[in-house]
Amino acid sequence: MRHLLSIDDLGRAGIDEVCDLAESFLQVTQREIPKVPALRGKTVASVFYEDSTRTRLSFETAAKRLSADTMTFSVSTSSVKKGESLRDTVQTIEAMGVDAMVVRHPSAGAPHRVSMWVDAAVVNAGDGRHEHPTQALLDVFTIRRHRGRELDGARVAIVGDVRRSRVARSGAKALAALGAHVTLVGPPTMLPESLDGWPATSVCDLDAVLGDLDVIYLLRIQHERRDAMHFPSLREYTTRYGLTIERAARLAPDTLVMHPGPMNRGVEIAPEVAEGPASVITEQVANGVAIRMAVLYSILGSGTLMSGAGGSGSLGTGAVVV
Amino acid sequence: MPDAPCAGQPNEATAAPESSGGGRFVFRADVLDADDLRRAHTRIAHEIVERNHGADRLVLIGLYTRGTAIAQRLRAAIESFEGVSIPIGALDVAFYRDDIALRSVQPLGPTEVPVDISGRTVILVDDVLFTGRTVRAALDALTELGRPIAVQLAVLVDRGHRELPIRADFVGKNLPTKRAEDVRVRLAETDGGTDGIELWGPADDSGTDGGPDAGAGEVDA
Repeated sequence: MRHLLSIDDLGRAGIDEVCDLAESFLQVTQREIPKVPALRGKTVASVFYEDSTRTRLSFETAAKRLSADTMTFSVSTSSVKKGESLRDTVQTIEAMGVDAMVVRHPSAGAPHRVSMWVDAAVVNAGDGRHEHPTQALLDVFTIRRHRGRELDGARVAIVGDVRRSRVARSGAKALAALGAHVTLVGPPTMLPESLDGWPATSVCDLDAVLGDLDVIYLLRIQHERRDAMHFPSLREYTTRYGLTIERAARLAPDTLVMHPGPMNRGVEIAPEVAEGPASVITEQVANGVAIRMAVLYSILGSGTLMSGAGGSGSLGTGAVVV
Repeated sequence: MPDAPCAGQPNEATAAPESSGGGRFVFRADVLDADDLRRAHTRIAHEIVERNHGADRLVLIGLYTRGTAIAQRLRAAIESFEGVSIPIGALDVAFYRDDIALRSVQPLGPTEVPVDISGRTVILVDDVLFTGRTVRAALDALTELGRPIAVQLAVLVDRGHRELPIRADFVGKNLPTKRAEDVRVRLAETDGGTDGIELWGPADDSGTDGGPDAGAGEVDA
């Protein structure tokens, strides 16, 4: 396995391995010189067909801290405006000599297609409503750092527009693979029509589950998209599903408050809660760099990791080349 | 992995030959027993202090996995006869290795160096000195932590076959080996059981493995 397209590529052992590796890289990022030469000579291209600040910067920071070279492609300043196809675009980028492509695209499955067209390793940085595996990994990693390595039995609520969220889909898969209980929370228009493929249960009443959680994970309401308004008003959403100060007071004392960013303060989360002691939202960002270092290192450096759900067993076989 | 008596992480010295042989490894000889190792530790500790005219400004840094345990032992010995406290650290060199793309290289533990190494003499500590590539990586890793006055290298076994211009300052035992052989170190702290160092070799080795390995046995002491 050379690519990271879905959380399914990893399985429990793979997720644990990436998180363990990220622990080492987190330590690297906290040093005076937060850089190691592990991927010297490799080139990582970010290929972004959708706007993004944190994911792109996070991947590029991760690549630089591994001493890889980076290049950036964003659709707004590219020949895509002239009608170039995705296939031509990624093959052109590859011809310049890249070892990995970090791909974000509004269509589900685009990174998978790209992986068939190029020899470079492909990392899915978000494809449509499908998956966002590195976000799920950094979320799991953040929870592990607070609760310990085992997430068996942890109770996690994912609140918001679950149906249209790649963060929710990848997150639920990763959490369930580690043995956590995932509850999807939102109005019926925002919950999946069917729970097929969702290793989770669902409820419409946030207040019913609030007091019984280890993690409350708030999704961003994409209110800038009019077609994404699946409820009468923002105020009504906040009233029923926002993590207000009053709701936050009813959480268990050690419940973690998480959000993938960017936040709509005052909509899905009150500003005071986002900055409160239970919030690990800025930690998620810092952990994201370490997780992406671990993913890039696993794919480009020492590739036993992505060997499927088993994740182990091939250690050392590559040594013959030495 | 073959049925190694030395559990735990294989070190650099064992990783390559085990997989290149492809066959079973068999016991060849005892190199050092627990008493020999105790004496070697004590002697190296004395040599470190003698070479550096005391233990001021020293910092011991062990390379994972077994180097960290050996560094602890050296520190205990030096502190017992010098009566001073010496800082000790642990270094993981995984991300500095030059064979990352050739085999699986995973970190073995967290790098922890509690003092600024600038202005100090660093004693790097490892169990077996073989190709020298681990030490090369360690020197790079140290550079990012500061600028020591000097770096010296202490190892329990120097088995030869260097691929880089690197030598040890303090050696427990110089051991002529064939390249395909395997020096197995067992320390109570990292591997359990009693201390010991053994030489193992491929079961089917008739001495005709050819190439630059054949006739090895020279050691640059």
